[in-house]
Amino acid sequence: MKFTEEHEWLRVEGDEVVVGITAHAAEQLGDVVFVELPDEGTTVSKDDEVVVIESVKAASDILAPIDGEITEVNSALADNPGMVNDDPQGEAWFFRMTVSDASQMDEFMDEAGYQKFIG
Amino acid sequence: MGPQSRGLMMPVPAGMRPAFGRDRDAMSDLKRTPLYDLHVALGARMVPFAGYSMPVQFEGVMAEHVQTRQKAGLFDVSHMGQVMLTGASWDAVALAFEAMVPQDVLGLADGRQRYGFFTNAAGGIEDDLMFARRGDALFVVVNAACKDADVARMRAALEPGVTVELIEDRALIAVQGPGAEAVLSGMDAAAAEMRFMDVRDLDLGGVAVWASRSGYTGEDGYELSVPAQAVEGLTKALLDHAEVAPIGLGARDSLRLEAGLCLYGHDMDAETTPTEAALNWAIQKVRRTGGARAGGFPGADVVLAQLADGAARKRVGLLPEGRAPMREGVALFDAAEGGAQVGVVTSGGFGPSVERPVAMAMLDAAAVDQPLWGEVRGKRLPVATAPLPFVAAGFKR
Repeated sequence: MKFTEEHEWLRVEGDEVVVGITAHAAEQLGDVVFVELPDEGTTVSKDDEVVVIESVKAASDILAPIDGEITEVNSALADNPGMVNDDPQGEAWFFRMTVSDASQMDEFMDEAGYQKFIG
Repeated sequence: MGPQSRGLMMPVPAGMRPAFGRDRDAMSDLKRTPLYDLHVALGARMVPFAGYSMPVQFEGVMAEHVQTRQKAGLFDVSHMGQVMLTGASWDAVALAFEAMVPQDVLGLADGRQRYGFFTNAAGGIEDDLMFARRGDALFVVVNAACKDADVARMRAALEPGVTVELIEDRALIAVQGPGAEAVLSGMDAAAAEMRFMDVRDLDLGGVAVWASRSGYTGEDGYELSVPAQAVEGLTKALLDHAEVAPIGLGARDSLRLEAGLCLYGHDMDAETTPTEAALNWAIQKVRRTGGARAGGFPGADVVLAQLADGAARKRVGLLPEGRAPMREGVALFDAAEGGAQVGVVTSGGFGPSVERPVAMAMLDAAAVDQPLWGEVRGKRLPVATAPLPFVAAGFKR
């Protein structure tokens, strides 16, 4: 699993990556009450806003970590946003996407690096 | 909240900022309440609020909200301003204060409390407050962010005939929820004899407190003014009850929103009149046109005219139809496309007890009862006006 400075995790599965938010981010956001997912088939560029996530406290968004195409979204989150707090690095993945430029993956942290990053 | 920032952020409720980065330095300049060390020891996340370092959450906003609705929550509200007004007699103090507020002060019985607000010359609300009669004295509790201005305003308007004392050696805590009465009456049986908006002294384990049966959550409960040196011990004793848990500002905000209660600086401000804020109920007959002491407060001409004729805009409750919260600043339109802006959300978020988004808005009077759309991230989403409060009040009247 790879981690971004935007508190996302990426898990490589074949030619694609699965993206979610870290346990640290979910804890900091607090109780998630609303998730708005992108349309499957959307082409995105790194840093595009692709997911809206709202906790009881405020709205925030998730940026596309890399260039690619959204191939699948976890629509269960729309009906049960609390999954993000219950299992952020497992069941509560947000979307799956293709990888246009594999070199964009090089800058991400491993678990130890991310733990150091959040201090 | 204001404009949404890009990327994942660590958000805090309206009016509060997170304590990261540059803000961390500012934290050292913040004032602390007498319960600061206890909050930190209990694992609170502390944020800057109205110049104080305050707990925004302990266990989590949702859990704390539900705890307060179902059992009892303990809130530190020591940042609020406690002010004692004294003078030659009750009548002298009450009549002087009536020149600042549109409420019936003179008619307040000893041991009773009322909700009120300071108005300005334009009829706008400068702050909202609670005032209680303690013998011949008037005990006033004002918002933290306004307290310096409020004290200056009171000194200018009331002295030298009335003495204005900002009380800085007392903390203020609130115990709110259906379990509050049993907890407090177990320490002093007199707590159970109080009804909504009664005030009296209680002896809570040897600590003399000024209690009022009130709060700002929509639940039954008490606010307790406690000598600062005794508040940590009393708070620990209260938290020893299985029914009681510490609650942060995050849940305080969601509780008062569900209860349909105004937050000063958000749902109303110096530009908002009592009628616009839907606070006509808080102006007693004796101060209205035709009453024995009609008018005589700042902006009375505007306020009394609006009481009779209504205002062009009004605070209303809103229920968004979808799951997306509509937060402060969301613009309201009278059409799904095009149309005109007819209002703006003044407070909004997710209501943990009603399990759906709720909001309050300032809306053109003509648009009340019309179909509405709130613009969230560029999309018009349907929303309906709704009666306030969103949850039934649990007061012991």
